[in-house]
Amino acid sequence: MSRVLPAEGDLRRIIGDGEAIPDGKVDSLSTDDLLALHRNLVLLRTYDERSVIYHRQGRIGTYAIFWNHEAMQVGSVFALEERDWIFPSYRESAIGLLRGIPAATVLSWWRGHPAGWWNPADYGVASICVPIATHVPHAVGFAWGSRLKGEDRVAIAYFGDGATSEGAFHEAATFAGVMKAPAILFCNNNQWAISTPVSAQTAAATLADKAIGYGMPGVRVDGCDVLAVYEATQEAVARARAGEGPTLIEAVSYRAAPHATADDSSLYVDEERVERERENECVGRYERYLERLGVLTSAEAEEIRNDALAVMREGIAAAEAEARPDVSLLFEHAYADPPAGLVDDLAELRRILGA
Amino acid sequence: MADRLLVEAVNDGLHVEMERDPSVMVMGEDVGRLGGVFRATTGLQDRFGADRCVDTPLAEAGILGTAVGLCMAGWRPVCEMQYDAFSYPALDQLINHVGRYRWRTRGKMSFPLVIRMPYGGGVRAPELHDDSPETYYVHAPGVKVAIPSTPADAKGLLAAAIRDPDPVVVFEPKLIYRLARGDVPEGEHVVPLGEARIAREGTDVTIVAYGAMVGVAERTAEALEGEASCEVLDLRSLKPLDEDGLLASVAKTGRAVVVQEAPRVCGFAAEIAAVLAEKAIFDLRAPVVRVTGYDVPYPYWQLEDAYVPSVERVVDAVRRVLGS
Repeated sequence: MSRVLPAEGDLRRIIGDGEAIPDGKVDSLSTDDLLALHRNLVLLRTYDERSVIYHRQGRIGTYAIFWNHEAMQVGSVFALEERDWIFPSYRESAIGLLRGIPAATVLSWWRGHPAGWWNPADYGVASICVPIATHVPHAVGFAWGSRLKGEDRVAIAYFGDGATSEGAFHEAATFAGVMKAPAILFCNNNQWAISTPVSAQTAAATLADKAIGYGMPGVRVDGCDVLAVYEATQEAVARARAGEGPTLIEAVSYRAAPHATADDSSLYVDEERVERERENECVGRYERYLERLGVLTSAEAEEIRNDALAVMREGIAAAEAEARPDVSLLFEHAYADPPAGLVDDLAELRRILGA
Repeated sequence: MADRLLVEAVNDGLHVEMERDPSVMVMGEDVGRLGGVFRATTGLQDRFGADRCVDTPLAEAGILGTAVGLCMAGWRPVCEMQYDAFSYPALDQLINHVGRYRWRTRGKMSFPLVIRMPYGGGVRAPELHDDSPETYYVHAPGVKVAIPSTPADAKGLLAAAIRDPDPVVVFEPKLIYRLARGDVPEGEHVVPLGEARIAREGTDVTIVAYGAMVGVAERTAEALEGEASCEVLDLRSLKPLDEDGLLASVAKTGRAVVVQEAPRVCGFAAEIAAVLAEKAIFDLRAPVVRVTGYDVPYPYWQLEDAYVPSVERVVDAVRRVLGS
């Protein structure tokens, strides 16, 4: 068996640049599929841009920006079936929109409101993971457990470049390899963990190179190319369904925005580099591709944008219309059968609050 | 009834529960082919197959982290941590996810997993095979904790833990794995969580203990026969805590000595003392006294008998609360 590390190849890319690099295509995608991808990209982009505005308006709390990460999320989810499960980190907070989670629900989460809860089984989307990499073993356990039950379900976990330094990533990848879990470890390498560049994160030539140590293939793909991401994920899904085990995908992009609304990235990034990356951001790159193909008119593009804006308008209105949560939600659901002390605590709190 | 050692009762309980519920699986380091370093899982892999009694990589956070995902896929994993002090990498998963996930899904998803681990000292082991880490686990919201002291309870509390919809940590006193012997009910046997047991009745002082310290408390009561009438209360479950049982015993005796192996500061004995201060102060005729491990690292084993609470130290504490 040959052991070529992915570091030797260029990033996989399908969308050209309209000049020297020719456009490729994915044969299995219909024109409707291509437009659906665009619709999803615009939905997530709109979600992100509106969220930053909502934050500045004081309508949501601190928010983790995912601008220029949309192609990674949209392309990979498009390669899944509804029965497959998604395990997002906070950088993929709105990925559930692609599975029908209402925008109001995700916005409520960022508003710190209990209406931001959902049942993962309803959407095949796990709760958003805030600590770094600790959800990767969940995805692996879910994939492994599904295989043991004879169910054809794949799990995909999203995490950043910084997460690959965490023990949880290492342990999860180890389990995935040993258990031949039908799992996809999807690393969105945006090259920054808050202020720490990926060069300070690892001495490995690429993050995909780590895969060989876990006995799984590592793939590197241009994370700003939605079609390349789709194709790489589809191959990983096929491997998983065929019982061949997990895949590590390193999707390389660039974090062309601060880590979060509370971050001041001007303290550590090269602004000129950010400017270049913003000009080549993933949604515009795909939109220009569709225009070159002649499958997207400016009227259609406008309609898609307006639809996404309407989703957000309705979402924030619904989130803001949520009543202030009752204090009983502090206690409910912490245990299936609450210990007596918690029942007493609620009664005491109600007495003090006069509620 | 069958006459069993404590570790045999654990093994029996696992067999019965895996037979009863095909979604129960056992996972951990060396639990399969070897049957666990203490042989608590002997025979399970032969009986239920390598998919339901899984030898895992040596990765405690990976064991508990994948167990969370296994729950989401419909399994009820019983995770063995090989030793107390080796369980700490899993605390990240326990605190951040295991105890929190049910609440985060508004009760829609359950995480009915069990962590069982041998704990405690007195076994002449190398360093870091002797800890009593129960407080870290009890402190995590959403997580329940049980500690048996008899073979029957080892089986019954484990069964209750496996059937519980919430995550439960069961600490097994390794010192008495093969010292405690007793009658164990055959077949299904469940001891509900949250019910303390009066191991010995008395009228002058309540010695509150759990795990291997119950035996120390009982021997203390024997040593003081004729001098003081000691009631021994075996908590069996730290969370949920049987407050009613605790308060009833102390209302009767008016005095309490609390014994734990773990270091003193913020240990579970402090919680018991706080409950008594809040809810039983007018029943108390003497200050509550703790007998615990010391706030130092668990020692090399030639010093461990001086570290782990002994009958002599508990006798001394009882005499202090009796003013004798």
